[in-house]
Amino acid sequence: MIRVILPAHLRTLARVSGEVTFEVKGPVTQRAILDALENSYPMLRGTIRDHGTQKRRAFLRFFACGEDLSHELPDAPLPEKIASGVEPYLIIGSIAGG
Amino acid sequence: MSKVRVLVGTKKGAFILTSDGKRKNWKVSGPHFAGWEIYHVKGSAVDPNRIYVSQTSGWFGQIIQRSDDGGKTWHQPGTPPGEPTTTPDGMPKGESNKFVYDTSPKTGKPLTTHQWYDGTQHPWEFKRVWHLEPSLSDPEIVYAGVEDAAIFRSTDAGKSWHELAGLRGHDTGSKWAPGAGGMGLHTILLDPKDPKRIYIAISAAGVFRTTDGGKTWQPINRGLKSEYIPDPNAEVGHCVHRIAMHPSRPGVLFMQKHWDVMRSDNFGDSWSEVSGNLPTDFGFPIDVHAHEPETIYVVPIKSDSEHFPPEGKLRVYRSRTGGNEWEPLTKGLPQRDCYVNVLRDAMAVDSLDSCGVYFGTTGGQVYASADAGDSWEPIVRDLPAVLSAEVQTLP
Repeated sequence: MIRVILPAHLRTLARVSGEVTFEVKGPVTQRAILDALENSYPMLRGTIRDHGTQKRRAFLRFFACGEDLSHELPDAPLPEKIASGVEPYLIIGSIAGG
Repeated sequence: MSKVRVLVGTKKGAFILTSDGKRKNWKVSGPHFAGWEIYHVKGSAVDPNRIYVSQTSGWFGQIIQRSDDGGKTWHQPGTPPGEPTTTPDGMPKGESNKFVYDTSPKTGKPLTTHQWYDGTQHPWEFKRVWHLEPSLSDPEIVYAGVEDAAIFRSTDAGKSWHELAGLRGHDTGSKWAPGAGGMGLHTILLDPKDPKRIYIAISAAGVFRTTDGGKTWQPINRGLKSEYIPDPNAEVGHCVHRIAMHPSRPGVLFMQKHWDVMRSDNFGDSWSEVSGNLPTDFGFPIDVHAHEPETIYVVPIKSDSEHFPPEGKLRVYRSRTGGNEWEPLTKGLPQRDCYVNVLRDAMAVDSLDSCGVYFGTTGGQVYASADAGDSWEPIVRDLPAVLSAEVQTLP
């Protein structure tokens, strides 16, 4: 079970509160998590990754197990603690004004 | 008895203000989509309970919301949760927040560059939807004006969007430049008498017209004079802030330009200045009385950089002669220490017998006049900065 924590605006958009959880088939990578997240919550498509390039939107960051994964390759395997749901995968909006 | 619904987009959410035809007592609903910038909210003329919203954020991009019950409930048109977001051949489905420029060789145009603030060329990048214009005849059809400037159309009530690429295909794009607020396509006027005629306006490119339903476009800026660009009489590059039209006379257009108030009596083929006795001919919105096609409204603003009312007095100016002769409308509006702005999409009129006029300010006030501008009252005083205001007159 994968656990994902969304920023507040996206929780509102997805109509969820707190963490979202889902299963990921195959290797647990950032791409696999985001694909599964968007499959469960299609209203989030385009809000985290650009529609065309699938690259992370500029003002968002990805963290897991205390590490900034924003610039890691999307298909690199994630730590076992993420894959097993011990630690959440964090999507965070950069702080820049109100 | 008739009702009025004012649809307000602000920097931090959408609000819906409703009243009966007297327009004295108002109910306020909102904030809807709290925390998000709401660039525009507009209802369908065919099905007034269908309302489209442009919800946007620098962090999370563009969202389209739709209501089919007059703003009670909202949803994003598109794929329901749990359904695959790709087609069987792996292509992403066209969800409602997907605006992709058409670069196909058959219908589109390779994305080249436009002029940047410093005069260099800059790649085209989608940023947000500034304006949504529902079709006058089909509630499933809606147009979107976007930044960087382009026009999109949806024929499935906002689920999927396709660029009308002939506009960028005009080949003047390298001379288009962003205004201070970005290179937005901010105005879409649909001709009620000829569904194939559409006018659009872009800051800072100018006005364009199609007469074939959006396949091909031509710039219609003859007569505009802009001293702030290298060739003041150029074919494109003018910072047009807003254009307006009375539905009974689609060949007569009114324009608030960066400087100058203009009119055209020949479908935009040529323009003449009608600024007349305005205290300043800079401003953003312009609108036309619902029943008097020669009665128009502007809000003069001090510029180039101040962008607040001259002398701290918030005054709407009305011309009953289609321009040139203007009268200040001040009753009920602050006449001292007022330094708000009124943005280009933040003025609208209702179509009740005594025409109502409405505008929102960057200070969060929404003012209403139930007597065509003679007197004003605030409906609300303390909303977030108002980006847009539209009005629906309901039976």
